[in-house]
Amino acid sequence: MTLRHIIGLALIAAVLPLAVPWLGFVFTLAVGKGLAALGVAVLLRGGLISIGHALYFAVGAYATAFLMRNDGINEFLLLLLLSTVVATLVGLVVGVFMVRYRAIFFAMLNLAVSMVFFTLLSKMYHVTGGTDGLRVATPTLFGFAPSRVQFNSVLQYGSLILMIGAALIVDRYLRSPLGEALSAVHSNEVRLEYLGVSARRVILIAYAASAALAGLGGTVTAFAVGHIVPELSYWTISGQLVLIAVLGGIGGTPGAFIGAFFLELVRTFAVGFAADAWNVIIGIALLIVIFFLPEGLYGLLHRTGKQGSTP
Amino acid sequence: MTAILSVRDLHINFGGVKAADGVDLEIFPHELVAVIGPNGSGKTTFLNLCTGYISPSQGSVTFEGQAITDLRPRQITRRGIARAFQIPQLFTGHSLIDNVMLAIAAQRGIWQPFRPLAQREYLDEARRTLGLLSLDEAADLPTATLPEGMRKLADIAIALALKPRLLLLDEPTSGVSTAEKFPLMDKIVSVLRAGKITALFVEHDMDMVERYADRVLVWDAGRVIATGAPGEILRSADVLERVIGVS
Amino acid sequence: MSSAYIPLIVDGLADAALIFFVAVGLTLVFSVMRILNVAHGSFYALGAYISVVIGLWLTGRGGPVLGLAALVISPVLIAVLLGPLIELTLLRWTYGRPEALQILVTFGLFLILEDAQKLIFGVQPYSQDTPMQILGITRIGGIVYLNYQLILVLMAVLVAVGLRLMLKRTRIGKLIVTVVTDQELAQTLGIDSSRVFILAFSLGVFLAALGGALASPTVGVAPGLGSETIVLAFAVAAIGGLGQIEGAALAAILVGLTRSAAIYFAPEFQPVAPYLVMLAVLLVRPFGLFGSIGLRRI
Repeated sequence: MTLRHIIGLALIAAVLPLAVPWLGFVFTLAVGKGLAALGVAVLLRGGLISIGHALYFAVGAYATAFLMRNDGINEFLLLLLLSTVVATLVGLVVGVFMVRYRAIFFAMLNLAVSMVFFTLLSKMYHVTGGTDGLRVATPTLFGFAPSRVQFNSVLQYGSLILMIGAALIVDRYLRSPLGEALSAVHSNEVRLEYLGVSARRVILIAYAASAALAGLGGTVTAFAVGHIVPELSYWTISGQLVLIAVLGGIGGTPGAFIGAFFLELVRTFAVGFAADAWNVIIGIALLIVIFFLPEGLYGLLHRTGKQGSTP
Repeated sequence: MTAILSVRDLHINFGGVKAADGVDLEIFPHELVAVIGPNGSGKTTFLNLCTGYISPSQGSVTFEGQAITDLRPRQITRRGIARAFQIPQLFTGHSLIDNVMLAIAAQRGIWQPFRPLAQREYLDEARRTLGLLSLDEAADLPTATLPEGMRKLADIAIALALKPRLLLLDEPTSGVSTAEKFPLMDKIVSVLRAGKITALFVEHDMDMVERYADRVLVWDAGRVIATGAPGEILRSADVLERVIGVS
Repeated sequence: MSSAYIPLIVDGLADAALIFFVAVGLTLVFSVMRILNVAHGSFYALGAYISVVIGLWLTGRGGPVLGLAALVISPVLIAVLLGPLIELTLLRWTYGRPEALQILVTFGLFLILEDAQKLIFGVQPYSQDTPMQILGITRIGGIVYLNYQLILVLMAVLVAVGLRLMLKRTRIGKLIVTVVTDQELAQTLGIDSSRVFILAFSLGVFLAALGGALASPTVGVAPGLGSETIVLAFAVAAIGGLGQIEGAALAAILVGLTRSAAIYFAPEFQPVAPYLVMLAVLLVRPFGLFGSIGLRRI
């Protein structure tokens, strides 16, 4: 089911820009956000809501910029990999501290750490470029230096492959003993401990995985935009990631991407006719989905899929 | 014979109430021990202390010759003590068979991120475990919708799936109708005997105690006041008065 | 203590007073409804905007002293208009649902209120410091105090004491406490918890808007005020222990003084100060200074 839905989504995202070219950029941004939202959705499986995951989104983006500027690494795939590793490591370190907390406290501590990071990004001008941010140049591909236009196409289709890969891997993880133990943390942590399983360790792995996904999403975003700013780590972006996860639906991994595509499309159209009101539109859309579609947008697809399969 | 579990001078206070006030006892391999005593005498607290849910202010718990006094529940579980609860502790987001499979996975290695939980081996074993307690019909139902009696059983099935050497049962048949109590306990006891599992069960029904227990521990005000075979204990006037309230 | 530090302390306490209003509102709403209201900061921003607008209007009609009244009128207006409306339409639906949904519903409300502000008041900053000017200064022992700051501290103390007395002595206060401590008991006693919720939420809105209104003479009022304030209020409420009034007061003082110390000694770290305090406190006391959580019965 997941396989069919995610490939369907990727096909739509691959074909539409052939007719409407500027959609390619919108979709690449959507995949970036969707990867990060998938990370947030993983944590939601464990009943943990983070309003600070923009931290890892920004870590991924800034890691890419730093690696290019300071270490002279320009190879696209290597940058994707290294930035994700950096985000994962940061996630592991911060996670050791976070796994002690649950519910509101978990949410707020993530918020606090991300706000510290946001402030550092904004204030440490000599390292981070402060509020001006940093430029992310066009990377090389297996040693070749593509033009910006060529690279954008590579990024556009490459990100769709990342999307499929991430959705399938996370799907397997969530069905594995470790992933099911994560949902078990949500429903009965005491029982989980009485099975001899450390709930904290289960959460730590999920947390690191979610940081990795958010970091990867941030890197994709950095490459797509070509310029990064501290606002990537601001708490409203974190809120947006949770919004995307729930809007799309956490019942399946394609949900996060469906939510992200929906959000980016609405934003694009809203900028055209009501630039100052796009948050109102998103806010109302969110409330409508929460009130009337408890399984999110992906629930719609899932339900029709199920009905179709019943004889 | 050496004891599988031995408890020395266990103390804990809750706001001035002595929930454990010098508990001393030993449990021997392959015994089935009943714990009786009035409400609030510290029976559940004793299970909480033995399994590390709370720590004693004084005293020690030794399991198979090793001190487990200050270990956490998960460490104690890994050493071979499983517990079923007075209030069933289930994963309410999962089906019954998933609950049991999680226990099986926990015992065999939960750290598998890519093989499915619902693998052949786990499915078969989970069905076997559910079969032992006649729960196979309900295997695919979400645990949140099960009636109370079945929830109690499900909780016991999870504990059994951990293949413990010592099993602590907190009122195993309390949510079950009177007619079903004996057949159910028959099943539990035959699983225990077949697996050579030592067990301790908290019970209020004296008929159950008389019929199944090898030995009885009588609890009152946070300590063991008497121990012995069910026949003699249940005929002791002092015990009857304190525990059951008849004189 | 050297008198050189007195201005630092007064600045810190005045800052603490403003933080306290908004944080205590957040913590009150959390303790009654168990909801972390992400839109709480938006009421603070609304309080600031509306008191500036009403203040200018009243100053035009009856002079600057009448303008002062706006600082109290506008929070009341906002609480009466928005409190019951939002509680009845949005929050009521979320009770008993997963935390993620509750937080998201209020996040949706936050998004709507943020843009509504931009649409109504525009994106240019407003400033109106007349109230601070007309109250003047006091000189004691060669040190100059802004009377407005002294009044802020005084008001915060009054609000803290008033809230405590209300919860302890008045009928409605006792009803709120009953609903907080034991929802079931409240129901069996026939307490109309629906009315208690409306009241408590409106009170929370009032406190946030009051904070914004009283802050408006001291800062520029511009977009982003709400989103900055809510994270600060979260930090303060978490430091104090969610749902704890005295905790919020102590945490506000702690954060206020740390922020003003940062301004004097290391200005670039002023924005991080509250979060560093929060991380330090929660590392040692996971549920905040006054918070606690019991073991689950199994």
